Amino acid sequence: MKETLLSLEHLSIDYKIKGGYLSAVHDVSMDLYPGEIFAVVGESGCGKSTVAHSIMRLLSGGNAKIEGKILFEGWDLRNYTEKEMEAVRGREIGMIFQNPLDSLNPVYTVGNQVSEAIMLDRVEKQEAMKRAIALFQDVKMPDAGERANSFPHELSGGMRQRVMIAMMLSRDPRLLIADEPTTALDVTIEAQILEIIKELKQTHNTAILMITHNFGLVAEAADKIAVMYAGEVVESGDVFEIFERPMHPYTKLLMQALPRKTKKEGRLQTIDGSVPRILDKKPGCRFANRCPYATETCRTQTPAVAQISETHRCRCFLAPDEIPSDRKGA
Amino acid sequence: MAKMVELDQMEKHFRISKGMFDTSRQVVRAVDRVSFSIEEGEVVGLVGESGSGKTTLARVLLSLTKMTGGKAMIDGVDLSKATKKDLKKLHQEIAVVFQDPASNLNPRQTVESSIMRPMVIHGVPRSEARRKAKEVLDMVKMDQRYLDSYPHQLSGGQLQRIAIARALALSPKIMILDEPTSALDVSVQAQILNLLLDLQEKMHLTYLVITHDLNVIRYISDKIAVMYLGKLVEFGPTEEVTEHPKHPYTKGLMDAAPILDPRLRGRAKELMKGDPGSLINLGTGCRFYSRCKYATAECEKEDPKILNVGFGHQVSCVHPLQ
Amino acid sequence: MNERGKAKETLQACLKNGEFMVGLLILASVFLVAIFSEQIAHYGYTEQLVGPKFQPPSAEFWFGTDELGRDVFSRVVAGTRITLWVAFIGATLELVLGVTVGLICGYFGNWVDRVFSFLTDLTWCIPGTILALAVVTLLGKGLTNSVIAISLVSWASYARPVRAKTMSLKNMAFVETGTAFGETAFSLMFRYILPNVVPSLIVMVSMSLPATILSTTTLSFLGLGSQAPSPDWGLALSKGIEYIIRAPWLSIFPGVALVYTVLGFNLLGEGLRDILDPHMKAQ
Repeated sequence: MKETLLSLEHLSIDYKIKGGYLSAVHDVSMDLYPGEIFAVVGESGCGKSTVAHSIMRLLSGGNAKIEGKILFEGWDLRNYTEKEMEAVRGREIGMIFQNPLDSLNPVYTVGNQVSEAIMLDRVEKQEAMKRAIALFQDVKMPDAGERANSFPHELSGGMRQRVMIAMMLSRDPRLLIADEPTTALDVTIEAQILEIIKELKQTHNTAILMITHNFGLVAEAADKIAVMYAGEVVESGDVFEIFERPMHPYTKLLMQALPRKTKKEGRLQTIDGSVPRILDKKPGCRFANRCPYATETCRTQTPAVAQISETHRCRCFLAPDEIPSDRKGA
Repeated sequence: MAKMVELDQMEKHFRISKGMFDTSRQVVRAVDRVSFSIEEGEVVGLVGESGSGKTTLARVLLSLTKMTGGKAMIDGVDLSKATKKDLKKLHQEIAVVFQDPASNLNPRQTVESSIMRPMVIHGVPRSEARRKAKEVLDMVKMDQRYLDSYPHQLSGGQLQRIAIARALALSPKIMILDEPTSALDVSVQAQILNLLLDLQEKMHLTYLVITHDLNVIRYISDKIAVMYLGKLVEFGPTEEVTEHPKHPYTKGLMDAAPILDPRLRGRAKELMKGDPGSLINLGTGCRFYSRCKYATAECEKEDPKILNVGFGHQVSCVHPLQ
Repeated sequence: MNERGKAKETLQACLKNGEFMVGLLILASVFLVAIFSEQIAHYGYTEQLVGPKFQPPSAEFWFGTDELGRDVFSRVVAGTRITLWVAFIGATLELVLGVTVGLICGYFGNWVDRVFSFLTDLTWCIPGTILALAVVTLLGKGLTNSVIAISLVSWASYARPVRAKTMSLKNMAFVETGTAFGETAFSLMFRYILPNVVPSLIVMVSMSLPATILSTTTLSFLGLGSQAPSPDWGLALSKGIEYIIRAPWLSIFPGVALVYTVLGFNLLGEGLRDILDPHMKAQ
């Protein structure tokens, strides 16, 4: 068994707002191993980005109340000073975002910016530039040498994201957090970036925490997945298992809502109702108001996480056996 | 079946000048000699990457911009020769729903006045318009209490429903749906897609759905049109185009599209190299030439002709795939 | 949340905003003085020799008397009306001109935009006061003319932001949809785009009013605006300068009144910007 690289233990994040606490993330636990792509999926507002940002300590505003542990190689990042966190960011944990143009400095060439990052590790300027160009080649940048002299606005969206990945690679982090890395890109470019991320995992043994709402990306690249709903991980496990045998009613319905067929095969599954805003945690399952299988227990008691197999976990009273398991039905 | 939309060598070229004192002009051929037709009651999906001209094509059909060449017939009206009266007719017959739920409705108008507005300007009496507003809201399965709401009080899915309701207000024949679900979550997307299909079947509407999401296109459309840098590269029945693509670009697009099943991730696929490219400084020959692995000298020289490769399946390629 | 709830929330934000409230109180006091100026003033503003000349502030003449023996307090109070009138006329003229030109430029683009933007740029190139001087010379002296002159010079400060906002709104889906179902250009500009520009206009107006008031005062100071015996503060300042050593109160009190009013508008404007702008971003 490999050592875990990142492990979240009962992470909860509450925001103080007018008239109480808004529960953005509740009791989230997950383990990430080196050389693994772990996807956190969920619809907007489910708390997936909040989890990612809390790891890097990038939550904006001082009104977030965090509980639980964020263990990176066994050390709790929450106990680190701001100075120690600076050493972790980039060096140990890298992060790429949806819009790379926001993350690049418009007045420097991209080669310059990547070599700047390399020089943080006390490398000579010329050597750094050489390495930067080599990194551009690693991320399959066409005409890497020439492109290094381009400014961010001269590059296409796909090339900018490549620059971001090269910049992260330059410091060879153990963990890369990718927050919706391909959302702004065309499909053909998305596929190219995904290939680079997969290669990265293989050649550098980097662990990748991918935050996305796109189930296609998950199906194409992830090893493990955690499905989030209203701040909680409702189900997590091996990607094949979750796609083929989803246990949680939410995951089940979501899988049937994906447009995987043609209209001749019938309409898509929908989920009635809307995501609740969780103010001042009350007992009860957060999905109960939309769940077709909900019972009185679901509304009054909070379900615990059930271990279904070694990796497969599910937060539902009915799991694993009481939910009808017809995949085609409903 | 009657042809609802018929494009014949339609062109939309833009002229851009480089600067105030540089009089040399460049021509951007955003839509270049595109021909295809949409039958009444058909759902046609238009796919392509950014810069493919799919949105420009839609804007021409909506008479938001004038075409610069060729012919476009919409329900018997020749768009290039349309009189004011013709245009008024087209304004009623073609409706549109755009991608961004937040900007689809005027933030300063209530839901009711947003829905009533198209009817009011086409001379429907206010009381009649008010009644019809309730009716279309019903059709998109929204409660009447939302009539007095403002857009910022509603969710993305609700906004998109109201945009669809407004589109239905003038009882259109054609709906142009520009990325109607791209900004929505999976579960809401399913609701909107179902709703669109229900409406289409019930009212025998003709849809032109523009999107980059191939899974959505595959689900919703009867035929698919694929555009690349202003050119229509392939057009045909959905199953034909997705299962047996004949153009290397279509093949690349299909391969790149994420399949929603992890068991298929190991499937044979060819990833396209390079970026979609730019419409500026296009040379002669096939526009896909520089990214195509099957390209020969011939492709660089001449514009590929349109070939019929099956029933209603056409491709514009010198070396169509087998 | 319904509209009333939203209005209530905005109101609460206003009450909590210190700058806004102080500005509001200042302006409220100015308005009250303007409305009740006849009741407040002890004498008519043209009444001469109500007391000795150059009398320093005293229990009877709060702000002293001037070279003609007029009560300065009564004149400052009467001047309030003039200042508010200037603010009102100036704002209206600038708004009508600036917003119309901005909307037209932004909406039509192309050569229309180029022509009008050139005009806008032109008014920016020439120093405002000098251009205003030229316009006043053309129109003739007088308060209303000088306000017109100032407005003709400063409408450009509305035209530019309105043009920019119009250009971005024009490409929004709801405007395109409107075009697609047959709205006229006029209706698109005034029914679709303008209402969405209004919140930022409110802020712009309250921020630029002080400039209009000050510019008009400048023209009066230079003798091109209000003419004697008007109680205009600018005119009072320019007359007061002659006696600045002998009777400083002649310039101090109109000056303070001017600063007080301008400060009110400034604070109100800044408060409004804080209240309205984040709200617009949230939308």
